[in-house]
Amino acid sequence: MSGASLAAGGIPRRATASLHRQRVWALWGSYAALAVFVVIFLVPPFYMIVTSLKSSAEISAQQGNPWYPHSPTLENFIYLLTYNNFLRYFWNSVWVTALTVLVSMTISIMAAFSLTRMGFWGSQTIATGVFLSYLIPASLLFIPLFQIVGWLGLINNTWSLVLLFPTLAVPFCTWIMIGYFSSIPKELDEAALIDGASYPQILIRIFIPVALPGIIAATIFAFTISWGAFLYPLAYLYTGDQLTLTVGIISDLIRGDVFLWGKIMAACVLGALPPVIVYAFLMDYYIAGLTSGATKG
Amino acid sequence: MADGSTFVAGSNSFAPLTRTRPGSVQRFLRRRSTTAVLLAMPLMLLIGTLVIYPAIYSLYLAMLNKRMTAFVGLGNFAFLLKRNTFQLVIFQSCLFAVTSVILKALLGFILAHLMHNIPGKSQRIWRGLLLIPWVIPLALSTLSWWWLFDPAYSGFNWLLNKFGFASIPFLGVGWNARIAVITVNVWFGTPFFMIMYLAALKSVPEQLYEAASIDGAGAWQKLFFVTLPMMRNIISITVLFSLIVTFADFDIVRILTAGGPQDMTHLFATYAFAVGIQSGDVPLGAAVSLFMFPILAVAAYFVLRGVTRRNQEMAA
Repeated sequence: MSGASLAAGGIPRRATASLHRQRVWALWGSYAALAVFVVIFLVPPFYMIVTSLKSSAEISAQQGNPWYPHSPTLENFIYLLTYNNFLRYFWNSVWVTALTVLVSMTISIMAAFSLTRMGFWGSQTIATGVFLSYLIPASLLFIPLFQIVGWLGLINNTWSLVLLFPTLAVPFCTWIMIGYFSSIPKELDEAALIDGASYPQILIRIFIPVALPGIIAATIFAFTISWGAFLYPLAYLYTGDQLTLTVGIISDLIRGDVFLWGKIMAACVLGALPPVIVYAFLMDYYIAGLTSGATKG
Repeated sequence: MADGSTFVAGSNSFAPLTRTRPGSVQRFLRRRSTTAVLLAMPLMLLIGTLVIYPAIYSLYLAMLNKRMTAFVGLGNFAFLLKRNTFQLVIFQSCLFAVTSVILKALLGFILAHLMHNIPGKSQRIWRGLLLIPWVIPLALSTLSWWWLFDPAYSGFNWLLNKFGFASIPFLGVGWNARIAVITVNVWFGTPFFMIMYLAALKSVPEQLYEAASIDGAGAWQKLFFVTLPMMRNIISITVLFSLIVTFADFDIVRILTAGGPQDMTHLFATYAFAVGIQSGDVPLGAAVSLFMFPILAVAAYFVLRGVTRRNQEMAA
């Protein structure tokens, strides 16, 4: 009797111990597997940084282990930061991105507010249409747009990007903002309406402050789209003073058959830096905005 | 007493209100809807002129001859379908999109599970590290892949030689180049799947797993009967969405191989660029792009259906 109860008491204890051990194994196994994945996934950025620290002589010597710089140097970075063309590309990317973000966010915040809170005949259809237009890729439209950009006289003009990038950013930004605005309780704007606020006032005083996380997420999206865009600038721009960073690096630093790999990789590091910094600080907002549909329900 | 007085007050004010309602309400509605339309107008203008109009215009454009002087009907489409290169493009686009999406979905799923196993504090750092491929602009990271794939003296071939293997011409031979292009796409896109799946995993209620354990379910049974059904919708939305984006991909192939060797890596987008912009046959290029449309439309229909269903579930 007492032996039986002892045994009965013993089994759960051993079970929990093995469960605990199982969990520890699962934890360390997960860490190990993740570490393998991280190493594999970070090979290209690592190689990018390593190459950017090599001198041209070291790269063209083609000897020894290429996976670390034998005599690290900043000459590539110094070259780029004093190279007017590169600075020009960088500056073009900066102002195009700034304008794109500004225009896209203004358009999508206004539209999202109108579609979620004010509603008018056909607003539901428009909301669906916005989502569908997000699914139309740039590579489907770049040829007709080439003609349209041509009619507007904007071929080889950086301003064409300010016109076109919002079409890539606005649909998804509006979609994110619709999600955030819908989650704001109706009572809030009803109360404001009773207090005599107008709709624009409600938007500026209540919705924008309350939906700030969503605005940050949408802003990051617009920034990412505009900073990394490659197809439109490649198709519509061709002279050095008009190019943006992505296209500028490829068309300027690859000279015929001569690849200035050290400088190309240094330029890539500099070009990748702004998004990496933005994500390092604001990643959580962006992921929350992106996955808001996945976490609910 | 209090109830009665408010009721009386309510009914008193009710009568005059009904008489004045049409005018004031109409005016109110008019003002409200005017503002609403005005606020949504920039969006409608932008989408209308720079998305919908070009889409329709490209249909017309694709039916012109090269000089855009004569209407040729479906001639461009028929011409393309008969061309050997274009048949390759169709095959490659499907191969590229389907293989990449399957691999991304699998790896993303595995990574999300691994990430879900480790405690929340360290998750942030690991997630951040794994997101780096997705954060770097694709055009720039593809350049570093190009350099890694370099035939003469580069990272991968040096390692191969070190371990006694011969150098591989990664981008010089058709199938090698195809695999290389898919690899880069999987590398770039897996983090997106990981964060979508991780968010979905976190939303599965812990009680379901506890209930399954009590019923004696093993790890695999939990995966197939709890996790996967709960994530079904997110998985299908993410996969279809990624299918659209991957199908329409341009950057990787354009930079890595520019369609070569012997057109064996061209996708719709890069081939449209080569034909329409580089060779200057705008109508033919438009026709190439339009071949993407049916596939994208089907995928978009199912994405939309998934999203609507999910919204309804969330509302219910």
